Amino acid sequence: MFQIYLPIAEMSVDIFLLLGMGGMVGFLSGLFGVGGGFLMTPLLIFIGVPPPVAVGSEVNQVVAASVSGFMAHWRRRQVDFKMGAVLLAGGMAGSAFGVWLFGILRQIGQIDLVISISYVVMLGAIGVLMLVEAARAILRRHTGQGARRKAHTHHWGHGLPFKMRFRTSRLYISALLPVALGFLGGLLAAIMGVGGGFMMVPAMIYLLGMPVGVVIGTSLFQITFVTATATFLHATGTQTVDVLLAGLLTLGAVIGAQLGTRVGAELRGEELRGLLALVVLGVAATLLWRLVAQPASLFTLAVTGAP
Amino acid sequence: MARAPGRALLVLLAALALLAARPAAAQELIADLSHHVIEIASDFTGTELLVFGAMEGEGDIVAVVRGPRAEVTVRKKARIFGIWMNAQAARFSSVPGFYGIAATRAPDEIAVIETRRLLEMGTDSLRLDPEPGLDEATAAEFRAALVASRQAEGLFPTHAGRVDMVAGRLFRARIPFPAALPTGRYVADVYLMRDGQAVAAQSLPLTVAKAGLGAAIFDFAHRQGPLYGLLAVAGAVVAGFAANALFGRRR
Repeated sequence: MFQIYLPIAEMSVDIFLLLGMGGMVGFLSGLFGVGGGFLMTPLLIFIGVPPPVAVGSEVNQVVAASVSGFMAHWRRRQVDFKMGAVLLAGGMAGSAFGVWLFGILRQIGQIDLVISISYVVMLGAIGVLMLVEAARAILRRHTGQGARRKAHTHHWGHGLPFKMRFRTSRLYISALLPVALGFLGGLLAAIMGVGGGFMMVPAMIYLLGMPVGVVIGTSLFQITFVTATATFLHATGTQTVDVLLAGLLTLGAVIGAQLGTRVGAELRGEELRGLLALVVLGVAATLLWRLVAQPASLFTLAVTGAP
Repeated sequence: MARAPGRALLVLLAALALLAARPAAAQELIADLSHHVIEIASDFTGTELLVFGAMEGEGDIVAVVRGPRAEVTVRKKARIFGIWMNAQAARFSSVPGFYGIAATRAPDEIAVIETRRLLEMGTDSLRLDPEPGLDEATAAEFRAALVASRQAEGLFPTHAGRVDMVAGRLFRARIPFPAALPTGRYVADVYLMRDGQAVAAQSLPLTVAKAGLGAAIFDFAHRQGPLYGLLAVAGAVVAGFAANALFGRRR
């Protein structure tokens, strides 16, 4: 109907399909307070966008989404800037390494495979964890037991050198831990086109021991800058950033997220969380099926250079 | 399609004009194209190139259209640990991005394979230049896969198109172009074939270029990567700020 030509993906797509996908994923992220990258990239692959372009463009869109979220947390002073900067140092190195690896994998013809496998593993793990969590919460509500969690545990990580004091988080820990965590986040951003909040947030709470209040704002701070770095490096090194695609997804996501936040304020169902887990597992299963099913053609072509 | 008869008439008139305009000591072959520039805008869904002209005496007409050549890597998947992944690859260093052919008869009735190879008459006669050191069976397998894949995209023909003759002297052929047409310099070669040999030939250039916003973005992204990246980030940051300013303060 209203086809629009995406210049970097080099394909025509219905403009309302893109706005609708942005809106739907934005709605889910507003509803559950999750970033949408981990759902958007596979959806783009399903509609036929080449996986590398899906990743490069989605990481561009995550910049917009995380800036918006970071602003809201900044205003409420829920950001540990020192911790964010240390995470970011690792994150920038990680995304630079990731974009370099991305280029090499593309050259040897394995990037599509690596993106798909990464998603199957990641979405499978998140989906199962979310489903278990939702099931536990539902059970707890029915049996009436309260949940208890230890406030702060000491583990092997506290024995590492280069200790630093983080006043906002009231922590005195080795800088190596947040640097390594940031590096992993940067790698995920570059290879998968996600912010990595789903991994960063729990790791910051359980591994670093940060107070829950500043975790989301701090992770959004680092995600904003890491995805910006990854976008820039992809634009420079792999030419996979489609600004038209990212812009349309952002437009849809902004509107969807507003609706999601409003609906989310009234609904607080573990059942809803379980439903999201099923969606995530469904996407993982579809990606896995595409890997194991006999392809229609065994051969693929790639233009690899001038004659 | 409703305009087709009118257009055909126009082409005939143009061919007649070509014929009338030719000098007295004439060439045996005169040809031209309906387009010399094809612009691919965002709504491009493919088009048709008309090759038309006039010939003198007996013989067959063969029109061959070739797009810009590039190196293409063909990869073959194999099942490894239950997963289908690229396991084998072969490079072809000179693959036309588009290939189209039309002829008055089947090319193999017009000329022998050596001549066809020389003039690249038919997909079986294309010089694709497989990488050196590739054994013959593998080269043939990957070559067939390459041609089949390009045929599926409409970039190579499954068979030669028809060249229509009018009054034994005027000819016209249609070469279909798909939506996914690569950009660059094309050449349309028209051959007059007699007794298995090309007795006259004409080479007509054709440019395929992207047009509009899409072309501008593509060029910018590929020529000015760092600046494009900075603008992509800046655009996303502005969008984030705007979303926050619009909706954020209400909460």
